[in-house]
Parts: sequence; structure tokens; C-alpha cells
Amino acid sequence: MEILRLSALELGNKIKKHEIGVREAAQAVLDRIAETDKIYNAYITVFDDALDYADAIQKKIDAGELSSPLAGVPMAIKDNICVMNKKTTCGSKMLENFLPPYNATVVEKLNHAGAVILGKLNMDEFAMGSTCETSYFGAAKNPWDDSRVPGGSSGGSAAAVALNEAYYTLGSDTGGSIRQPCSYCGVTGLKPTYGAVSRYGLVAYASSLDQIGPIGKNAEDIAAVLDVITGKDDRDSTSVSFDSGKASASLTGDIKGLKIGIPREYFGNGLDGDVKESVLNAAKTLRSLGAEIEEFNLPMVDYYIPAYYIIAAAEAGSNLSRYDGIKYGYRSEKFTDLYDLYLESRSEGFGMEVKRRIMLGNFVLSSGYYDAYYKKALQIKALIKKAYDEAFLKYDMILGPTAPTTAPKLGESLSDPLKMYLTDIYTVSVNLTGLPGLVAPCGFGSNGMPIGVQFIGRHFEENRLLNAAYAFQQATDFHNRVKGAAE
Amino acid sequence: MRYEMIIGLEVHVELSTKTKIFCSCSTEFGGAPNTHCCPVCTGLPGVLPVLNEKVVDYAIRVGIATNCEITQYNKFDRKNYFYPDLPKAYQVSQLYLPICRNGHVDIETENGEKSIGIHEIHMEEDAGKLIHDPHEDVTLCDYNRCGIPLLEIVSEPDFRSADEVIAYLQKLKSIFEYLEISDCKMQEGSMRCDVNLSVRPIGSDKFGTRTETKNLNSFKAIARAIAAEYERQIEAIEDGEEIIQETRRWDDNAGRGYAMRSKENANDYRYFPEPDLPPIEISDKWIERLKAEQPELAHEKRERYQKEYGLPEYDARMITEEKAMADFFEKAVSVCGKPKEVSNWIMGDIFRLLKEKSIEAKQMVLTPENLSKLIGLIDNGKINRNTAKKVLEAIFDENEDCGKYVKDNGLEMVNDEGAVESVIARVLENNPQSVSDYKNGKQKAFGYIVGQCMKELKGKANPATVNELLRKTLG
Repeated sequence: MEILRLSALELGNKIKKHEIGVREAAQAVLDRIAETDKIYNAYITVFDDALDYADAIQKKIDAGELSSPLAGVPMAIKDNICVMNKKTTCGSKMLENFLPPYNATVVEKLNHAGAVILGKLNMDEFAMGSTCETSYFGAAKNPWDDSRVPGGSSGGSAAAVALNEAYYTLGSDTGGSIRQPCSYCGVTGLKPTYGAVSRYGLVAYASSLDQIGPIGKNAEDIAAVLDVITGKDDRDSTSVSFDSGKASASLTGDIKGLKIGIPREYFGNGLDGDVKESVLNAAKTLRSLGAEIEEFNLPMVDYYIPAYYIIAAAEAGSNLSRYDGIKYGYRSEKFTDLYDLYLESRSEGFGMEVKRRIMLGNFVLSSGYYDAYYKKALQIKALIKKAYDEAFLKYDMILGPTAPTTAPKLGESLSDPLKMYLTDIYTVSVNLTGLPGLVAPCGFGSNGMPIGVQFIGRHFEENRLLNAAYAFQQATDFHNRVKGAAE
Repeated sequence: MRYEMIIGLEVHVELSTKTKIFCSCSTEFGGAPNTHCCPVCTGLPGVLPVLNEKVVDYAIRVGIATNCEITQYNKFDRKNYFYPDLPKAYQVSQLYLPICRNGHVDIETENGEKSIGIHEIHMEEDAGKLIHDPHEDVTLCDYNRCGIPLLEIVSEPDFRSADEVIAYLQKLKSIFEYLEISDCKMQEGSMRCDVNLSVRPIGSDKFGTRTETKNLNSFKAIARAIAAEYERQIEAIEDGEEIIQETRRWDDNAGRGYAMRSKENANDYRYFPEPDLPPIEISDKWIERLKAEQPELAHEKRERYQKEYGLPEYDARMITEEKAMADFFEKAVSVCGKPKEVSNWIMGDIFRLLKEKSIEAKQMVLTPENLSKLIGLIDNGKINRNTAKKVLEAIFDENEDCGKYVKDNGLEMVNDEGAVESVIARVLENNPQSVSDYKNGKQKAFGYIVGQCMKELKGKANPATVNELLRKTLG
């Protein structure tokens, strides 16, 4: 199984040199999926024409038509990103049989680079959840311990990489949905700056917070993916044109003089001791590599969760209204009039967590509550942004934990949603501010479960984050350790 | 007690951009159902809107024409409600920062000019259309209209009569027509009007409870609905009933309105800022450019025609009522240089012919060049006025070249005095009685003889010439 242990770039290089065929690589991963995914359930759909596609890519490589270092490398995509004529379920009964008639912009870009897309990955329903357990298609399991969750909502995307069921994957991150599962599964992932990657074709959860990002085995791989998927898109008015140079080219490994701030508030009550220790050890490693580390106070932390859940739910309530049983998606059999058709289809088509957020969202926007909740949340969002802006006057980067604990056991979280929401404390502010956030493995808990450290950067400075993670990974081997199914 | 009506209007106008407001689908009316739509305007999962900047241009131009302030930092908001014609279950509209505010439009009333306040104008997308088939007991959705750009023009409650309402709507229609940004066809739904009406005893300064009447698709229907609702409210008040704030639907065939839903059952639209579209920032330069490009509007042309060409106010008003006619007039004047002559032709024969054929000015095929040529033929003495009228009528439908028509049908005037004299001699010879009558002082007989001569000449002679030669001959 040596081929599976290669990184995406190592495989890409061997494919380029014709040492490994695209079909051979794709077959190896498909075999791996067939073998392990029965247990881990990272995939919702595996494409039955993946090998034909691999052959087509091989032909293009042979004809010299593909130059991307990722050409021919098998990968997979979170199931809320549209791939033309392939089921895009969002982990929901509502869209169980939805076939998009178009490709997401990121999918077009991947196709152009010669990526071999193998299938669609499991996720919390409509990306709402922190455990991947709200999926209509059953929970995905943690590769390190199948009695634990892989995190969420991009649980399938993180688990697939850790399981060698894909060389890299795309996830989406609205409040930590890329970063937290990366921490739980011991892989590297990036939530880019809001606007860096087109959202066209990403089924919206909370439009002002959603962002697509890469998950991979190391910083070099996700830098290469980022180079493929970023860019202003005419079909997404919130996408931004920026030029910070190629991410791959910025990986020097030199972080001398890099000013890193550590918010004291991120290390207070509620943070698991193992996590705290691993993250602070990571800071020590970075200091030993020449970074300047300093503790500081970051205000507004207590307001992150309420502001986030109000804004995200408000947008979700509106975004998910279109699933009404009229045009596509699930329609209930039992209705007598239009009102019933809406009521029954939505009651039967959505799961509990989605319904909870739709109701919350409609509540905070309803007449008489808008000012008390939604408007306040927007004001808090502005203050959080201000707090970060001030921190970035002093520091190039902010370092902290990703989640308060390692991956919880299956079935532990959903019974107390409020408690589950509170575990998003270290990730949601990055979405509220639109900043980029990267998570890289930095240690293990006493339970043997992986822990990830989070790097937060200025807008459009993901290259700096990637370089810091690269430097860290040059000095450590947490990202190379494999356990459980990944062995 | 005597009551006055208080009316405010919400007018929706579909803009005639080539493509929809948030995607590149065609806005053309009347395509086969669901042929002018795409993943964006049908709201498929994952799609995003991209603003058509032409819509912003058009909205600013209307704002300038209606004396509004332009909101230089404006945003879109989502208006959330469930209905099968609205595929996203929200309409992208503007609530908090509409693009135009605080304007006014001046209308003519029987008591002189009156200013109607414009509260705001905002941009939004249209919904689709539902077709109810009672035979099959099904409802079908046509999403072609989804995403057609709309402007909603919200007036202040400044109207006191149906006539004022109609005058205002005609004024708006004229503005849109002159700006060439909508065809404003009420029957096709490209101009729609909701009437908010309340009544109060004359002299009171408190507003009564208002109702909103929808489904009004002609000026006549609006006038009838206003009259009926005014009567209904007064009757209710006189009977000691309370007016309920509600939305009503007008049935023009039945000649009455029906309550649709009361305020208690009104939708809570849960408006919030549209996160998929960045705010629109309109620079001074943008506004200045549109101001410079702003075409002359009907009332401006009307004043200029009076001043520059000396047209009577009535004529100037008639000619500027439809932009196509004003354009026709101006082109003809620029070709022939005879504004009064052109105006007379339009006011007389052209309007008569349009009416007879029941077509609008913009459907007329006669060109201003051809009319100018016809005027030239009269001036050059090639034909007389009566012949010209006949020629105009003959060429009106096909715009056949008037010179060619005159030639082909041998209608040129006979200007050869010898030929006229020989006809005169023949007529005198054939009508000895009339000749002696004239010589005995009967002036009527002279007219008869002229008529006989013109008849012989098939009307192609200048009557003045005939008169003169005849007097000379008769001595």
C-alpha cells in the first residue's frame, strides 16, 4: 500500500514522470475505499465512472496538456459542492437525489488542473453540525477510533484524507467546519479568506461566512490545491481579486522574526489540558524556529458564539427556504394543499439540527426581534473584527487551539446542542471576520486522539499561514503519524 | 358628511434590459414556459446572483427624472416568503437603503399643476408566473419572468382623486417611455399598480385606515376600483363599521373588490441584508454621466415646441404624448424645416389615420422623410393640398414613396395655362346657362363653373389659377 502513503504532490510528481499511472493510483484509492469505508463512511457517493475519468486524464497528461502538479491525483469533494450530474446531497434526505446541472467553479478549476474526482464526501446535514452525525447517510467515523466522531461538518473530507481514501479533499467552513475535523482527524486544512475562493456551486449554509478550502496530508499539498482553486470569479460577486503570489512558491520554511500572538482568553476555562499543552508546545517549537511569541488579550471572546449562531442561523433560515418540495428535492406524499405540501415536505425532508437552526434563524429575523438579535449580532461582529484588526497591528499571526477537546465519542454531542455549539468557540470568529485560518496536527491527547493547532492570519495572507505550518511540519512529524485504519 | 379619498400608489415597472437582473437569461416576453431560465433565476442550490449594472443605470435615470436623491451607498435585502412562483423563497429587493428617495412628479389636474411626492424607488427581481388549470386541477409554474428587473416606485399619499392617479400613471409611463427603459404595458403586466386608499371627513387631518387593492391591469380598472373602494369605505363608516387594514383583489369583470388577507394574516417578510451581493456604491461621476446622457422628457419637449416652433400648447402636448410621435415630428422638421406644417399634418390627418386604424405612433410605418417630401410637393406646386391628403392616405400603410405615387397615378398639377384655358373654353361651351347666370350677377354660378373645370382637370390644377383664368375669360 506504499502508493497510498504518498502525499498528493509526491504522487503528482510520479504521475508526471510516468512512474505511476493515473488509473493505477485511482484504482489503489478505490480499493482502499472499498476496504475501509464500510466502517468509516467517509463517502456518500463514489463515482462509478472514476476509472474512465482517470484514463481520460492520463491521455491528457500523455499529450502534455496538463501542467498542474496535481494532475492525475485522486481526490474527493464534500457533498455540498456541485459536480455536474453527480448527486449532491448535502447529507440530507431533502437533496438525496439532486443532480446539479452545473459544476461549481472550484470543480471546473480542478477539472482544468486534471484532478481525478472520485466521489462526494459525508458531512453534517447542510453543513450544520460539529460531529458529522447529523448526516442523513449515517455518521462518518474517526479514522483513529471508530467509536469517535471525525468532527464536522466536513467530517468526511478530513476522515478520507486520514484514511488514505483520497490524497486531498475539499471541505467547506462556515464556523470551523474544515478546521475542527482536521484537528480531530490529524490532518492539515485551511479556511481561506472570505472571497479568496469562489462560492459558486457551494450549496449555501450561511452565505456571508461560507468558504471552500482544502484538506490534505501536509501544508505543501494544501498550498498546491489553494493555487488551483483561488481567484476572482465573475459568477460570485463576493469573490475578490488579489495577488499574493503562488502559495506553493511561498513555502520557504523561514519564519525568523515572525510575530505570533497568543490570546490569553483562548487558554482559559473549558480548554482540555492535553490540548492546551500540545498547542503551547507547538508555540515553543515555532519559537525555536525563530518566531517571536507573545501572549496578549483579545477582547469580545464571550460574544463569539451568540453572534455567530444568530448570523449563521438567520442566513441559513433564508437559504434553506428554497427546499420547499416544489421544484426539486424531497416532496412529501401526504398533502392536501399548498401549505401542507410545504409543511410536510420540509418536516420530513430536514433533520432535527437543520430544523432547529431554521427556526432559530427565522425567529431572530422576525418582526420585533430583528433589532434585538440580528442587528446586535452584526454590531458584535464589527467589534470582533475591530479586536482582530488591532491584534494584527502587533502580530503577523495569531496562534491558538482549534477545539477545546479531542474528538468526542459518537452519540455524546447531539443530545445537548448548546454544549455542542460552545465547542466552536475557537473557530467561529475567523468566519465572522473573514480571516484565513489553518489547522495543522500538533500532538495527541492521552486518549491517543490527534490535536490540531490553529494559525489565524490577516486577510489574504494564507501564504504566510502555509509557510508557518510548513516550517512547523519540517520540524515535527505529527502530520506523518498514522494510526488505526490509516496504518 | 362629506369625505375625501387619500391615495398612495405602489407602481411596479419591468425594465427592458436585454438580460435579467442577476443572470444572463433573456427578458423577452412570451417565450415558451421555462425557456428563459437558468440555474440562477430558478434558484438551484449553490448558485449566486450577479447584478446587471444596467438595472442600476436605469434606476438612477428614473431617479433623476423624478427629482429624487440618489442613495450613493445602497444595498439589496432579502424579502422572505413562501410561494411557488418564487423559486428561492425570497425576493431580492431593497428595504433599508433603496436607490432613490424623496422625489416628486408634477401632474396636471383640473385645479392646475400638482406635485406628487415620491417616497422611494427601489430595485428588485420579478417572480415567476403560476398558471392554474381548473380542468386538470393542477397549477403549473413558468419561471421565465423570474429575475426580470423591476423598479418599485412608492408615492406619498398625495392623491385626492382617481383622475390624479391616472394623470400620475400617465406621467410615469411617459417618463419610462422617453427614457426608453420600459414599455409600460399594463395588460402584459410590465406596469403594475397597487392602490392604497383610505377616506376621511373633509377637513380632518387624520388619516383613516387604508386598504391595498391589487390586480389592476388598466387605467379604466384603476378608476373603477378607486370609485368602488371609496364608496365601500364610506358606506362602512356610515354604517358604523370599522375599516380593516387588508389587501384586496379587484375583479374588474364583476366590478367589485374582495378581501384577500388582513394585516393579522400578513406575511412577516423577515428582511435582512442580501449576503450574496456586495453593497452598490454609486460615484458622483456615475450620476453626472447619466445626468449628461438624460434625454429630453415630454414636458421639456412640450415647452420647447411652443417656444422654438410657436406651436399651440395643445398641439405640443398632443405631439409629445408618445415619444415615437415626438421623434417623428422632430425628424420631419429637421428634414423639411416647416414645424407648423408638420404639426398640422400630425394633428389632422396623421392622428385621424392612427385612430381609424387603431394603432400607436410607434407602430406607424410612414417615415418623417416621406411626409417631408409630401410637404415639399405641395410647396413646389406639384400637387395641391387636397391631392396631398389623398396621397397621404394612400401611402400611410406601406410608406410608399409619395413622389413615386403621385407620378404613377398621374396626380401632378396641370400648370400649363394653355391646357387649363382649353378646359375652361370647353366647360363654358357646355354650360351656357351657368355663363349667362353669372353674367346676370349670380355669384354662385361662378363657383359651379370652377367646380366643373376642376372636375375636368381631375383636381390636378391649382384652384387659384383656374379662378384667375376664368375671371379673365368671362371678363
